[in-house]
Amino acid sequence: MAKWKSVETRWYEDRDALFRGLRRLDRRSFLRVSFAAAGAAAVSGVRFAPHSFQTVSVADAKEGREPFSFAYISDSHLYKRELNDRFVRSLLRAIDDVNAMDPQPDFVLFGGDLAQLGQREELDLGAQLLKNIKAPVRMMVGEHDWFLDMGARWRELFGKETYSFDHKGVHFVVLQSVNEADFWTRRGMTPMERMHTVAGLDNGIQSRFEVGAPQREWLKNDLSRYDDDTPVIVFSHSPLYKYYRNWNFWTEDAEEVQAILRGFDRVTVIHGHTHQMLTNRIGNIHFHGMLSTAWPWPYAPEGLPKLTVQMARPDPFNPNDGCGDGFATVTAEGLVDKVYNLWNRNPVDVPSAYLASGGKKSRPQDPSLASF
Amino acid sequence: MTRTLTALGLAVMTTAGGALAAPDLVPLRSADDAGVEVKLCDDETTVRIAADTPKTRAEGQKIADALMSQWQQKHPEQDWVARERERHAVTPPADNSGLVGKAQGQVYGQVTPLDVKTWERETLAMAVHGSTVFHSGDELGSTIAVSCDMCHPDAANTHPETYPKFQPQLGRVALLRDMINWCIEHPVRGTVLAPDDPKMRALEAYILAQRKGKALDYGKR
Repeated sequence: MAKWKSVETRWYEDRDALFRGLRRLDRRSFLRVSFAAAGAAAVSGVRFAPHSFQTVSVADAKEGREPFSFAYISDSHLYKRELNDRFVRSLLRAIDDVNAMDPQPDFVLFGGDLAQLGQREELDLGAQLLKNIKAPVRMMVGEHDWFLDMGARWRELFGKETYSFDHKGVHFVVLQSVNEADFWTRRGMTPMERMHTVAGLDNGIQSRFEVGAPQREWLKNDLSRYDDDTPVIVFSHSPLYKYYRNWNFWTEDAEEVQAILRGFDRVTVIHGHTHQMLTNRIGNIHFHGMLSTAWPWPYAPEGLPKLTVQMARPDPFNPNDGCGDGFATVTAEGLVDKVYNLWNRNPVDVPSAYLASGGKKSRPQDPSLASF
Repeated sequence: MTRTLTALGLAVMTTAGGALAAPDLVPLRSADDAGVEVKLCDDETTVRIAADTPKTRAEGQKIADALMSQWQQKHPEQDWVARERERHAVTPPADNSGLVGKAQGQVYGQVTPLDVKTWERETLAMAVHGSTVFHSGDELGSTIAVSCDMCHPDAANTHPETYPKFQPQLGRVALLRDMINWCIEHPVRGTVLAPDDPKMRALEAYILAQRKGKALDYGKR
């Protein structure tokens, strides 16, 4: 074997070592890997962001709850196979990413918008592709899956859109947060016209997303069975707060939903839809966005949460830049350390300590090219 | 003998906007009654009425409505500017109403309210046309149903004010239209547009409109 290794080879080896270490979840080997990776990278002369390259801190396990990780893939926006191979390839890349994780994540969250126009062929194609994931998959619905047939095909394939489950002492809730007040009947729209309207992010005809009263009631009942000190992690397609109304980076009844979650000590919301690195904290609730495999969204002109450290402005000459997948480590305390696996760039981790400290500790590295 | 009348364009203007049902005109009495053919100012839409139709205002309105109804059916996209603006916000152009009544020394040079309205309408229409292209994979000629707004809602992150600038990947200084064509060719997978293609001109108009008020800063990364 050749002794000389290129900068790229060493970079990828370091990166792989880091990822393996991240998921081993044993504090000692963690630190070892972390220092080794950082050291190797420093020797190789590769410039890197300290926070994007070193392991997240995993707290010592408390009795009864062991740390674990889950991966995520989100917003694949598949068209029919014959029409668009670009988004299919991107989803396959993400599937390869999570299948290559060693050890495997406990499960993989799919964050919604599997399809672009909610068509049967698109959803079926997505279901078929997701079967290639080795770990168990938890599904969430997005507006692109919903507004052609109001979720009919999605439900046939994946079951209920609102559900909850327990995993290693953490209570997980999956919401359908993309309900919209009827804007289509009055206009005499066909289902496909309705779908196209919702599919346009900047289309002003559509209504704002909402969880809705029946689901809020369900959530209240669901959570009533748990003690306040149970860590709660909520998956919702839209951010459960108000960021930018015009693009539905928004949930109309966000305050009501937050009020239901306020009773718990540790709550984390992980959402899709925004296709960007996004960090927010409102009281006890930590919020993290997810990357898309299909395309990145720009940061909105206003309303960006203060805690958000932006991802670098995607380079149009770099295919798939700004896209990716990622994973979350649930610490022994039940808080989430979030890793954004940006394709073609260093991964970025947003540890719970950053949110818990209100941005004072463990700040992710700022991008060289921010949006303007 | 058939006489042809041309309905006043004004009648058409006053009824535009709402969808019209064809009104009941005085019926022709028999097949051999050729009646009178009334033609719209587009020189093609016609309606035939009985020769002895009473020459009243009410009957005249009915004729105008009948013509307008036909014209609207032939032009379902007549309200395209309003329709597009309802869907997608397009920044209106600069307000020039302060110039009304001012002149530059010529006899007929005084700026009228109609001038200002025309400037605004035409300029805005071009940007709105750009919005329709920007938001449609079909209009852009995408072979994979990808449109500009997927990555650039409201034309965000397009930065027209930063061109021209050197793009090493293109090996030359790029203008906004070069980047538009790059996107059309690669992420959109379409065919590049000629620099003077009406769609290219409209796309530039829309993108510039959406960054109205930003200071020019050519070369900025």
